[in-house]
Amino acid sequence: MSLLDIKNLSVEFQTAHGLFRAVDGVDLEIDQGEMVAIVGESGSGKSVSMLALMGLLPWTANITADRMLFDGIDLLSISKKERRQIIGKDISMIFQEPMTSLNPCFTVGYQIMEVIKEHLGGTKKELEKRAIELLGLVGIPAPETRLRAFPHQMSGGMNQRVMIAMMIACNPRLLIADEPTTALDVTIQAQILELLGELQKEKGMALVLITHDMGVVAETAEVVNVQYAGQQVERQDVVGLFDKPQHPYTYALLNALPERATSKRLPSIPGVVPGLLDRPTGCLFNPRCQFATDKCRKEAPDHASKVLCHYPLVDGKPTNNHPGVSASDVSVSGGAV
Amino acid sequence: MLRFIISKLGVLIPTFLGVTLIAFSFIRMLPGDPIELLAGERGVSPERHAQLMADLGFDRPIWEQYFSFLWGILQGDFGVSFTSRTPVLEEFLTRFPATVELAGCAIIFAALIGLPAGIIAAVKRGSAFDHTLMGISLAGYSMPIFWWGLLLIILFSSPDMLGLTPVSGRLSALFWIDQDTGFMLIDAFVSDEKGAFKSAVSHLILPTIVLGTIPMAIIARQTRSAMLEVLGEDYVRTAKAKGLSPLRIVGVHALRNALITVITVIGLQVGVLLAGAILTETIFSWPGIGKWMIDSISRRDYFAVQGGIVLIASIVMTVNLLVDFMYGLINPRILHRR
Amino acid sequence: MSEVQNTAEQSSVPEQISPLRQQFREFWFYFSENKGAVVGLFFFLFIVFIALFADLIAPHSPDQQNRDFILIPPFWQDGGSIEFLLGTDAVGRDLLSRLMHGSRFSLFAGCIVIVISLTFGVLLGLSAGYFRGFYEVIVMRVMDVILSIPSLLMALVLVAMLGPGLRNAMIAISITYLPHYVRLARASAVAESARDYVTASKVAGAGTMRLMLVTILPNCMAPLIVQASLSFSTAILDTAALGFLGMGAQPPASEWGTMLAEAREFILSAWWVVTFPGIAILLTVLAINLMGDGLRDALDPKMKRS
Repeated sequence: MSLLDIKNLSVEFQTAHGLFRAVDGVDLEIDQGEMVAIVGESGSGKSVSMLALMGLLPWTANITADRMLFDGIDLLSISKKERRQIIGKDISMIFQEPMTSLNPCFTVGYQIMEVIKEHLGGTKKELEKRAIELLGLVGIPAPETRLRAFPHQMSGGMNQRVMIAMMIACNPRLLIADEPTTALDVTIQAQILELLGELQKEKGMALVLITHDMGVVAETAEVVNVQYAGQQVERQDVVGLFDKPQHPYTYALLNALPERATSKRLPSIPGVVPGLLDRPTGCLFNPRCQFATDKCRKEAPDHASKVLCHYPLVDGKPTNNHPGVSASDVSVSGGAV
Repeated sequence: MLRFIISKLGVLIPTFLGVTLIAFSFIRMLPGDPIELLAGERGVSPERHAQLMADLGFDRPIWEQYFSFLWGILQGDFGVSFTSRTPVLEEFLTRFPATVELAGCAIIFAALIGLPAGIIAAVKRGSAFDHTLMGISLAGYSMPIFWWGLLLIILFSSPDMLGLTPVSGRLSALFWIDQDTGFMLIDAFVSDEKGAFKSAVSHLILPTIVLGTIPMAIIARQTRSAMLEVLGEDYVRTAKAKGLSPLRIVGVHALRNALITVITVIGLQVGVLLAGAILTETIFSWPGIGKWMIDSISRRDYFAVQGGIVLIASIVMTVNLLVDFMYGLINPRILHRR
Repeated sequence: MSEVQNTAEQSSVPEQISPLRQQFREFWFYFSENKGAVVGLFFFLFIVFIALFADLIAPHSPDQQNRDFILIPPFWQDGGSIEFLLGTDAVGRDLLSRLMHGSRFSLFAGCIVIVISLTFGVLLGLSAGYFRGFYEVIVMRVMDVILSIPSLLMALVLVAMLGPGLRNAMIAISITYLPHYVRLARASAVAESARDYVTASKVAGAGTMRLMLVTILPNCMAPLIVQASLSFSTAILDTAALGFLGMGAQPPASEWGTMLAEAREFILSAWWVVTFPGIAILLTVLAINLMGDGLRDALDPKMKRS
């Protein structure tokens, strides 16, 4: 049995302009100790699906799923109180903005000790000892003195380390990292990713890494989930994904990597992720897809298929009787002419 | 810290000088002859007039008058009341505790109700409770408190209605206690007179409600909006992700941050309270500085008014300064800034 | 240069109507979302109607003393009469008629106070924010001085200086409200003068007055309007308070605060003479404040979230 088993998860928001489906039929299966990356542009519903799992969405969100099991516990049916006993202890999450995600009014030590006390208990001395240990573990120098520091007295990278210490304090079995490095300097980014990777191996916990950065994915993940406009479009192990991307979106994302660029100008994907008001018919990716056909514009691909596309790519060429536009004919926008 | 103090003083000193200038020009700008105004309908003989002009310094050049006025203030001499012949400072100090007692009770009353109400309204945003509370607080904010006082007297003091609370003053005439501190609650509590404390409390109830109504409405509204803002912050989401109880998330993580603004708002109510005290004390014959100012104005005791303005403005400025300090103390982001 | 500007303005005239209407429609959309604001607006219009046509709809003259009908209770109480719906006061004047005429004083005072304090406050604030330097320091310190004296005390002292009466009360109250407008206008002016569009029109050769009043002012109107709606209600409260303290409108004027002051001695014997003027003040001020909340929602996008 897998540690986390989500089947057909959808999240809808009631907005002034109607219902907005932020997550649309996402499946996610994670085994003990596995490292999964969820990739997609901003607005593709990566964070929302994980926030739904954590129960952190506002009440305006309507969450539905065929199945949402964590370690055999049905997260859909348990009470709020029961969920609170799992959240922060067995499943925990770190966020994108370390500077605003820590409470400015309390010391770092207090905020770490608080979560341990809530879930595991302990005397003040024990808590303090454990907090120092944790701060050391995430690579903060002089942890004894840092205990009494306020978040604003430290850098973004340090705060993100504190955040990680806080969230691994109760030895979670699943850690979700929501773009943990986006707000940080490039040099710090690598350190934090390295730290997460080490901790994951050391503690044997499962790690979900939400990112829009394919480079990060290549370095860290084992399995990759590509999401677009709330839908999961492709799921592969990392080697397969980089060698043989099957969905045009994945293909385009990979082409946009500087390392893979073959032309002088870096290719990009034209347009943006559709929002509430400009949602296309048929396949959601069709307005931006270089291989789109009339079928793509009319019919949505089947959710059940492994790759959410009418014409999955093989070696960069669409299959399944695609009526004939080959990749070489159409340059990705920005490509050399 | 030192720089903070210096920058504050840089604003305070000119403001204080401005207040003394306004208070000073008050008498001089009254239409007509100052002595005749002060003497009122009784009138004065020409000799007495000249004598008074010299005594009060009205015959000297205007700038000399101002500097001697200012010099006096700096030495604690706020002039002498024209009607009672006692120093203005002394008159002020004997009445000040009554106002402090009333204003203190009012602000405590306002905070005790306004804070929890605002917090609950924010947590249950959009609920019936939220709408009701915001309606009530807007009504409180719109309340003409001089009428509110009269209405409460009709309801609670009128023998036809409830007949529960006394109508005026600080203590029943049945009791005679030593006023050591000037705070009736304390004096009555330590005195031997039985029932004096109860009487003091019952005299305080209505004025407290009347004076506390507007601050209560302001505190409730401000607490609600501060809490709403804080509840949307990232660190509240973090607290939820830690699996903390809602009580802890709201009561510790959110409230601690919201209090920074709310305490500032409470502190800044001192001007509102003193303005309200003028009306409240008039309605309930409460012997505080508000009533003293009104009486002095209607008695044309302009020296008392002049000194009173400077003293009251100084209190407002001091409290605002303290609030600024306190803001630094409760906000770690400012406290630890170098 | 000016030629080019003129033609541009002329050609955009027919189009300008629709954005304005569009703006109004958007404003009304946000305003009407707040149901309290709509209720407040209609009640306010009701009061305005009464004030405008008090002469026609009031059953009696506000000053007519009916010596035979002294302190008659409202019609539903024993001894009440349909002729005097809300009863009469100590000299036999019809309370309802006095209240209807009293609305004129309150609305008038509110309007005048806003006009005075808004005009002078905006001029002082804009010029302080625009010219900066020593002038700004002086203006802002003077405003600090006014703010450090509790508003009602300040108004009382000013009235004592000018002499009691509604006109002087309005002037005094206007002065105590000045600092709010000056601070708002100055802050906006400082923020806006740094923007590119101001520099652009400076480069285009716009004069100082044009820059301040035509270029900068419209862009800081929203907070000023919100503040104006707030001070409209407090102005009514303060006018009534001064009247109650005997420093505002003088008897026999049927100003609501003055009526309360006259009625005070009957507080335990004739509840109606005390109750109704207060309810009139409360409801009027409440309606304006409800409207103000709606205005804030519709005009100030920063506050929309809460």
